Amino acid sequence: MNNEMRIDMLRGMMRIRAFEEKIQELYLAGYIPGSMHLSTGQEAIPVGCCMCLREGDYLMSSHRGHGHVLAKGGEYKYMMAELYGKKTGYSRGKGGSMHFAHVAIGVLGTNGIVGGGIPIAAGVGFASKYLESDRVVVCFFGDGAAETGAFHEGLNFAAVLQVPVIYIIENNQYAISVPRKLSDRLEDLSVRAAAYGMPGETVDGNDVVAVYDAAKRAVERARAGGGPALIECKTYRWHGHHAGEPRDGLVYRKQEEIDSWKEKCPIRRLKTQLLEEQVVTEADIDAMQRGFQQELEEAVAFANESPYPDESDLLRDVYIAEE
Amino acid sequence: MRQISLREALNESLRYNLQHDERVFCWGEDIGVLGGAFGVTAGLIDEFGPMRIIDTPLSEIAIVGAGIGAALGGLRPVVEIMYIDFTPGCMDMIVNQMAKIHYMFGGQCRVPMVLRIVTGAMGENAAQHSQSFYSFFVHVPGLIVVTPSTPYDAKGLLNTSIASDNPVIFVEHKRTVNIKGEVPEDHYTIPFGKAEVKREGTDITLVATQALMHDALKVAEDLEKEHVSIEVIDPRTLKPFDKETIFQSVEKTGRLIVADEGWIHCGMASEISALVAEEMITYLDGPIVRVGTPDSPCPFSPPLEKAYIPGEEEIREAIKKLI
Ligand SMILES: Cc1ncc(C[n+]2csc(CCOP(=O)(O)OP(=O)(O)O)c2C)c(N)n1
Repeated sequence: MNNEMRIDMLRGMMRIRAFEEKIQELYLAGYIPGSMHLSTGQEAIPVGCCMCLREGDYLMSSHRGHGHVLAKGGEYKYMMAELYGKKTGYSRGKGGSMHFAHVAIGVLGTNGIVGGGIPIAAGVGFASKYLESDRVVVCFFGDGAAETGAFHEGLNFAAVLQVPVIYIIENNQYAISVPRKLSDRLEDLSVRAAAYGMPGETVDGNDVVAVYDAAKRAVERARAGGGPALIECKTYRWHGHHAGEPRDGLVYRKQEEIDSWKEKCPIRRLKTQLLEEQVVTEADIDAMQRGFQQELEEAVAFANESPYPDESDLLRDVYIAEE
Repeated sequence: MRQISLREALNESLRYNLQHDERVFCWGEDIGVLGGAFGVTAGLIDEFGPMRIIDTPLSEIAIVGAGIGAALGGLRPVVEIMYIDFTPGCMDMIVNQMAKIHYMFGGQCRVPMVLRIVTGAMGENAAQHSQSFYSFFVHVPGLIVVTPSTPYDAKGLLNTSIASDNPVIFVEHKRTVNIKGEVPEDHYTIPFGKAEVKREGTDITLVATQALMHDALKVAEDLEKEHVSIEVIDPRTLKPFDKETIFQSVEKTGRLIVADEGWIHCGMASEISALVAEEMITYLDGPIVRVGTPDSPCPFSPPLEKAYIPGEEEIREAIKKLI
C-alpha cells in the first residue's frame, strides 16, 4: 500500500471523527433535534470500504450512517443542515440523521429500520447487472441487523441473482444493550456467508488497511461478475447507542471494556504508524485537524443561516405528479 | 369489439410494456414457466426470457425489497406477491421503504415499481388465503392503490401503473380474473383518481369495488324491473380517490351504499362513508350503508364461507334498508 493512500485513509477517518465529535457536542447542547447514532471508534470500516469504490458505485447505509455518507463523499455542510432540519440539507430537512441520501454520489440512503437496506441493496445490484454496468453496491449494517429476516432473505436473493453487492457487517458487539452472546451462537458472523454460497471473511474492523484489503477483493470480484460477498468487521462503538444515551451506554457495559477498545483506536493506530515511518509529521496532522474544524464551523454557520422548510413543503414529495 | 378476460388483459399490458421499455421486468414466485398462480404472466418467459421474467426464491421481504432497489437503480419492476395474505411478512418493505423513500430523501429518489397482489375470498381457501385488506395500503401515505374490476380497466390501469413514477399497489381480485369484457387491442391508459359510473341511476348511489362491482351491476339490473334505479360507481383507484364523482351522484340520489370486500371495521367502505358524511351529509336522505366482510377471519367450511363473502344478497339487503 502506498503512502498517499494511507494518508488518505487517515484523513478520511479523522474527517469522520471530527464530524461525530462536533455533532455530539451540538446535540448535547440542544442545537440538533431528534435522535442520532454516532459511529465514533468505527471509522476504519467506511473509509477502508469506500476507498475501493469508484464514483458511480452505490452505497446503502444503516441508522449509524454518518461515516458512510462522509466516506462516499458527503459534505459536512449539507449533512449539518439536514441534522438541523433545514431546507438546504441533503434530504431537504425531511429525513434527518436516519434518512440521509445523496443520490448524486450514489448514497441511496441511511435507514431507520435495522436491516432494511439489505434486500434493497440486492435489487440495486440487480439493476446494475441488468443494465450491464459495472457499478457495485456496498451495503453497511450492524451485527444486530444480521439477525433479521431481511438479512437472510436479502443475502440469499443476492446470491441467487449473483449481483455485485458487498455486504459489510459492522460488528460493534452490541445491538443497543444486547450483547453478541445473547444474539446468536457464533464467534464469527461471516460464517453465515457459506449458507448462501458466497465468500465470507472476518477482519479486524479497527485496522483500516485490513478492511481495505478484504473489501478490495470483494469489490473486484463483484465488479468482474463474481457475485456478492459478506465481510464482518469487528469493532466497537465508543459512545452510547444514540447520542445522549443515559451514562453513554455504561448501563450495559463496563468502563474497562470501553477503555480496552479505545486502546485499539483505528485512527491512533494508523497515525502512530505513519508518524513512526515518518510518512507524516505532527504538524501535518494538526493542519488536517484544523482544516476539519474550520470546515465544521462553516458547516454550522451554513446550517444556522439556512431556512427551515416552509410549511407548504409538508405535503411536497409524498407523490410524484402523474404526466 | 373482441372480448378477453381480465387475466388476458393484464397479460397483454405486461407484454406491451416489456416490449416497449427495456427497463421493465417482472419477478415473483412461480411467475415463469408456471405463469403465476393465476396465470397472469403466462407465456411471458417464452417471449422475454428468464432475465426479464424471473422466478424468485420464496422470500417476500427480498421480492419487494430488491424490487425497490431495482427501481432505485433505474429499472421499472413489476413485482408479484402471490396473495395479499403474504404481504404482512414484507410489510416493512412496503410501508417503511417503498412508500416513503421519495419523501424521506427530500424527493431525490423515485421508486417506479408496481406491486401486483391477488385479493379476495373464493373457493374455500380459508383464513390465510382469502383476505382483502388493501385498505392497509390506502392508509399509508406515498402509495397509489389500484383496484380494477373489468378487463378494460385492468389493462388501462396497469399501463398507467407501469408508466407511473410512484410506487403502485395493483390489486387483482380472484373472482374477477376470468370475467370477460371488451378490450381494445391498442395501447391505452386510464388516469389514476378517476372513478367511473358503470351504470346510471337516480334512487341510490352504490359505490362498489372489484368483484362486488359486478354483483352490484346484477342487482341493479334486477331491481330496474322493480322500478328502483341504482347508480353503480367503481372508484377504480382507492388512492388517489375520486370523491367528486361520488359526491355528484349522492347529490342526485340522496342515498349511499358502499360495497367493498375488505373488513368493514376501518376498511375502505368506512373511509368512503366518512368522506361523504363529512362533506355531503346535508344531501343524504337516509343512513349510509356499508357492505363488506364481518369482523372475523374467513372460515373454511363452504356454508360458512358463503356467509362470510359479501355479494348480491348482501347488496340487496342493504338496498332494502334504504327503500
Ligand atoms: C427493525 C428494527 N428493529 C428495532 C429497531 C430499534 N433499534 C434501532 S438500532 C437497534 C440496534 C441495532 O444494532 P446493530 O444492527 O448491531 O447496529 P448498531 O446500533 O450496533 O450499530 C435497534 C434494536 C429498529 N430501528 N428497527
